[in-house]
Amino acid sequence: MATLYEGYTLCGVGPVQNSSNIGILGVEQGRDIDYVLVTDSSRSITVYKVSDQKPTGSWSVKQGQIISCPAVFNTQSQEYVVVTDDRVVRVWKEDDVNLEKAFKATVSADVLRVLSATDSEPVVLFCCGAVRFLDSLLASPQQPIEDVLTEDEIIRWSTIVKAEHQLVVLFSTEQRGEHCLYVQRFNPNTLVKHRIETEPGLSAPISFSATCRGSNIHLLYLYLNGSVYESVLPFRSSSTGAEGVQALSCSLCLSLPLGEEKLMSGAAVVLDEAHVAVIGFPHPSAGACKDYLCIWNTHFQTLQASKEMAGRIYSQLWCYSGKLYVPHGKMLSVIPFDCQKSSLAAAMGKLKQTSRSGKDFSVEIWNICPNVKSALTVDQLVEHIKTSAVEDVQAEVGEFIRRAPQADLQLAAGRVALELVSRSQTDANFYPQCAFLQLLETRYLCYSVCPELLSLAMVKKDFHLCQIAFQIFSDIPEAVTCACLKAILSTPDLEMETVNLDTDSVIFMKELTQAHSRSDEEGGQLNGFCPPALESDVSDTPSNKLQRDPLSLDMSCPVGLHKGALLNEVLQTAYSDRSLLPHLKDLTVPQVIVFLQYLRFLYFKYSHDAHKQIRALRTPSISQIIDWVCLLLDAHFTVLAVAPEAKRLVFDLHKFVRSQVKLYAELGKIEGSLQVLKNSKQSEDFGMYAIQVIELF
Amino acid sequence: MGEFKVHRVRFFDYMPSGIRALAFNQDTERMAVARMDGSVEVFHCSDRFFQEKIIPGREQCGIEGLSWVGERLFSAGLNGGITEYDLTNQKVKYTIDAYGGPIWTITGNQQGTHLAVGCEDGTVKLFEVNEDQIQFERNLDRQKSRIISLSWHPSGSKIAAGMMDMIQVFNVETGHSIHRMLADRGAGTSRSKECVVWSVVYLSDGTIITGDSVGMVKLWDDQTGTLIKSHNVTKCDVLALSVSQNEDSLVAGTSEGIVVQFQFVSMVLEKDDKEWVRTRTFRNHTHDIRAVAEITTAVVSGGMDAQLVVRPLLDKIEVRSAASALRKIHFPHRRLVSCARKSGLMLFQYPGHLELWRLGESEGKGTPGSSLFVKRNPEKLLQLKVKGEDHIRCSAVSPCGGWIVYSTASTLRLYRLHCDNNNISITKISKLPKVLSSANQLCFSSDSSHLFSASAQSSVHIASLSQSGCKFVGTLKPKSGSHQAIHLLAASEDGKWLASANSDHEVHIYNLQTQKAHCTVPVYSSAVTAMGIHPATNCLFMMHADQQMFEYSIEQKQYTDWSRTVQRKGLHRFWVERDTPCLNVMFNPQNPSHVILHDMYMLCIIDQSLPLPDDKTQFYNQLTLKSLTEEQRKSQSHAFKVCKTFKDRPLHLYVCGLSEEVCFIKRLQIVPC
Repeated sequence: MATLYEGYTLCGVGPVQNSSNIGILGVEQGRDIDYVLVTDSSRSITVYKVSDQKPTGSWSVKQGQIISCPAVFNTQSQEYVVVTDDRVVRVWKEDDVNLEKAFKATVSADVLRVLSATDSEPVVLFCCGAVRFLDSLLASPQQPIEDVLTEDEIIRWSTIVKAEHQLVVLFSTEQRGEHCLYVQRFNPNTLVKHRIETEPGLSAPISFSATCRGSNIHLLYLYLNGSVYESVLPFRSSSTGAEGVQALSCSLCLSLPLGEEKLMSGAAVVLDEAHVAVIGFPHPSAGACKDYLCIWNTHFQTLQASKEMAGRIYSQLWCYSGKLYVPHGKMLSVIPFDCQKSSLAAAMGKLKQTSRSGKDFSVEIWNICPNVKSALTVDQLVEHIKTSAVEDVQAEVGEFIRRAPQADLQLAAGRVALELVSRSQTDANFYPQCAFLQLLETRYLCYSVCPELLSLAMVKKDFHLCQIAFQIFSDIPEAVTCACLKAILSTPDLEMETVNLDTDSVIFMKELTQAHSRSDEEGGQLNGFCPPALESDVSDTPSNKLQRDPLSLDMSCPVGLHKGALLNEVLQTAYSDRSLLPHLKDLTVPQVIVFLQYLRFLYFKYSHDAHKQIRALRTPSISQIIDWVCLLLDAHFTVLAVAPEAKRLVFDLHKFVRSQVKLYAELGKIEGSLQVLKNSKQSEDFGMYAIQVIELF
Repeated sequence: MGEFKVHRVRFFDYMPSGIRALAFNQDTERMAVARMDGSVEVFHCSDRFFQEKIIPGREQCGIEGLSWVGERLFSAGLNGGITEYDLTNQKVKYTIDAYGGPIWTITGNQQGTHLAVGCEDGTVKLFEVNEDQIQFERNLDRQKSRIISLSWHPSGSKIAAGMMDMIQVFNVETGHSIHRMLADRGAGTSRSKECVVWSVVYLSDGTIITGDSVGMVKLWDDQTGTLIKSHNVTKCDVLALSVSQNEDSLVAGTSEGIVVQFQFVSMVLEKDDKEWVRTRTFRNHTHDIRAVAEITTAVVSGGMDAQLVVRPLLDKIEVRSAASALRKIHFPHRRLVSCARKSGLMLFQYPGHLELWRLGESEGKGTPGSSLFVKRNPEKLLQLKVKGEDHIRCSAVSPCGGWIVYSTASTLRLYRLHCDNNNISITKISKLPKVLSSANQLCFSSDSSHLFSASAQSSVHIASLSQSGCKFVGTLKPKSGSHQAIHLLAASEDGKWLASANSDHEVHIYNLQTQKAHCTVPVYSSAVTAMGIHPATNCLFMMHADQQMFEYSIEQKQYTDWSRTVQRKGLHRFWVERDTPCLNVMFNPQNPSHVILHDMYMLCIIDQSLPLPDDKTQFYNQLTLKSLTEEQRKSQSHAFKVCKTFKDRPLHLYVCGLSEEVCFIKRLQIVPC
């Protein structure tokens, strides 16, 4: 799960002067990760120390001069570089006060940008597409610059990527609606031209972002229709020369939802392999307002975090060392973010977030000493569990699960779980719920591996864990099933509703109870089914006639949604009736009655809404419900016969079952007739002899 | 590929006969099977259970027991005689009377010196096995009731005999009874019924195991003559018992159609005190199991439902393969139908008679899958009952439909058939040449001018046929090799070549013009199940029991390029794993690259012009191809075009080539008794 932390303002954005309507030309990395270089369009360049939110230096050009590209910091020579008036390259040091007195050189062609990567010589990209290293350019400023691009080809975007001491300059161009990507590599100098091909009908890409991962450059580009495409380019050029134009293969990796308003601009920047920050596109659930900064997961297409941005958005976004720089309104905000390694569970919101402090701690540990994490074996983890704090343990277990190979995990999961349970049993304050959930998610646990886990969860009243365990364990003994059932039934509904449960199961319960009210309104005769017997008992007085209306069946759910969801899980467990019966007798009379009421509720529901498909992953089947009804009646026959409060319940149930029996008797007749029809069709035989045509291919 | 007209025929109601006895020969890996109609068959256990030899039965023969002595096979039956078989020529060698009334059981000792038979009159008779005959030696002490079952102690010094209500153990030296053990009758009403000890097994450690009509498998100690243990296996009879070679496993067949396995295992791990424990139950039969045999890796059982079931014991199999799959053999691995392609006649061979049918005719055209209107119904022209008691061994109708020939073990009869419209007349050809007294296989030349009759010593006699009668022309003899009986003959379309295959897997090719042996196909390790000579190229196409196929160019005396390609690339797994042998090889007159094959369940057309499938290709791809367009089919199709439309069991498939319609499918219906 990615998080956007509380941001702060770095600086104000000056009044817009130039024609491009942009307040800030660029934000570039300064001399270390805490410094940034902000070039605004109002002739000034400022260096900020980000953590202090303070400027440490500022330079401006004379009136009449225009800064034509963002200033960069040359980490090799510890100098700043900027280009003014398209052709004048200025280089100065931190302690130079006046820009006019700094070194300057005029070159023979218009410079588009100076690109700088850490620990390497800055690269000068000319408007004509030519590229020079800064030092070689300054050695002879008037050297001729060749035209790489054709007359009306304009560079729209450019960047520099560095990995393994190799620099690659990427720039995209537009020419009569056709978009191309140039890849300039050095040593040897090669320039490869790619045609960006996407679905027809797409306009120009509005934002690019390139990162280097492994030996490939991953290039992400965003279109106005919300599509984010990804192209992968090899870092080292495979072909020696640039023969012709190569098509750039791309894949759609994210489709952003669009609001009703027509979008004009937006920007996207890659955060890590699975996350991308997007600005200028509407938040999917926040209506038409588009002033949101969002982090999307490209693997699972889910929105991970969002933040509303006050004021006008400039469709500019930079990302340096874990912070996003967003100019909006009249300010430039710095927003720290954090992207955790993505898992489906996390993306779907199923994986519980570890607590904030624990996470920060763990991140620090892994980042500072990367050798520790790979060396953490099961034995070490078990040792840690014995002594560490809950948060540490949870983080370590999570990390262990993520990193351990599947085969090892299978063996280790049980051991880790056992250790966690035994510590939890001795130490009342120690209960690492998240770790348990993560271990369950691996699906390598079963009841017999760690028998104490379920009873521990019961003691801690952790019904969420119970639910997941019920879903995953297939070998829960009947005694434990009954104990859980008892605990669920004896917990008051109010307390139960606060428990966090698997949403799917709760939604199912919600649908079920809503279906109830709906069918109440519509009179329950939609499917033409009329449950009560038509020929009723003679003893029924005419005044009871009304009660034999379908509505007379008590269709309200006797338990709360969450309790119902948990009971559903119990209904779906595997059991053998002979072993279950003695334990079922342990239930108290009120528990029996509530449970039977609930079963009756389910049974009625299922019979009435048989045509209705409630979409849920796990639902008890009608036969499971009926099996439990039988078991319950068997186990508590005398109780139900004697208890006065059960009388009404048993009567209703009997009435309904009797009508069903009648219905099925009729169905039996129909089945018989249909069977005969089917048989008569099958006996369409060719007898002793036939001539047929077969075809072989 | 094309459309084919298929005649679905169900009036060949051939019924295989129930299985009465089994005998397994460990050394040669052959399983001998005796059927209720008196026929004896030999299956090769390590060659996919191919039915290598068939010795037809005779009326009133009633075999009750089978026994191997070395490589010699003996049977005894209710007619009171002991029969030895000539397995080379696939016929009865001799029968001698035991003079003890009906014989219920026969068994040879492990030393191969003696045979013991149990007779109706209560005697156990010992016969000495000599070089070429058997000779009566003596009787053991005569008992009051009939001897139902016998088993030798592996040392050969004692015999256990199962009788009515009791088991006797004899000392072979003295002939006296050592022990008499009483078998309990059933409880309740069945108390009044005798307990029949149907089967007995004598183990080397002195344990005697019996199976009886009360449903018990009992273990006795021959030292004390006491019951050690009894297992109630069934409510009805335990009819057959068989113990494995190393005496650690025992199978019992019951009249409920189940086979129960017992194993001799130690009750406590790694301790030596072993016990017989009931372990597995196999239900593969619908009726009584009359015989079981445990072979190296499988349990073989047979009974009244006429099927031979080979149930693999998976704990004894190292590699699971097609050879180790469950196998049910319903029908003979021989062609019982021959057809006159040019006149649309079919000859059906039953054990005791022949039937000649004329096929119907259809009208109009139909879409694939549909039935055509039958303009003329099929017609039974002739039923020919066999003279004498012997059953038919082989038969043939000539391609022109003018001749019918059949042979039993003792006689060969040739008939001339006149067929003008509705008048059928048949004349027996008398004065046949003397050499044509009996045949192992019969075949007409394609122009119906010659009859080829496979005879003793792997030789083939040629007789020319004409209006005046039948004249001996000559004898084709293989240059060398074995003298096993020929079970397949194939004549070429141009009348130039004749190929013969015998049960030693040898295929000889003769030049009919010079009447000399032309060449011999290299001997392959598996039996030839079907072969045919291609009408255009004169290549011999052979199918083997292990599902391999070879194409041999007769003129060049070498395998064809296609055949070499098949062997190099290997056949598809699904093809090799089929469990019934191919029974016919035919060719499509319209397309010379088509070879038509069939086994019990499928019809396959091999298009030699198409690429061979490899193990990654979808083998049964007809449904896939059907859904593709003409263009796509070209890239998807491979050489094997398998049609399984007619596979619904328990029906049996026979395909014969006809001239006007490319193929003809013949189905046999089996109704279990």
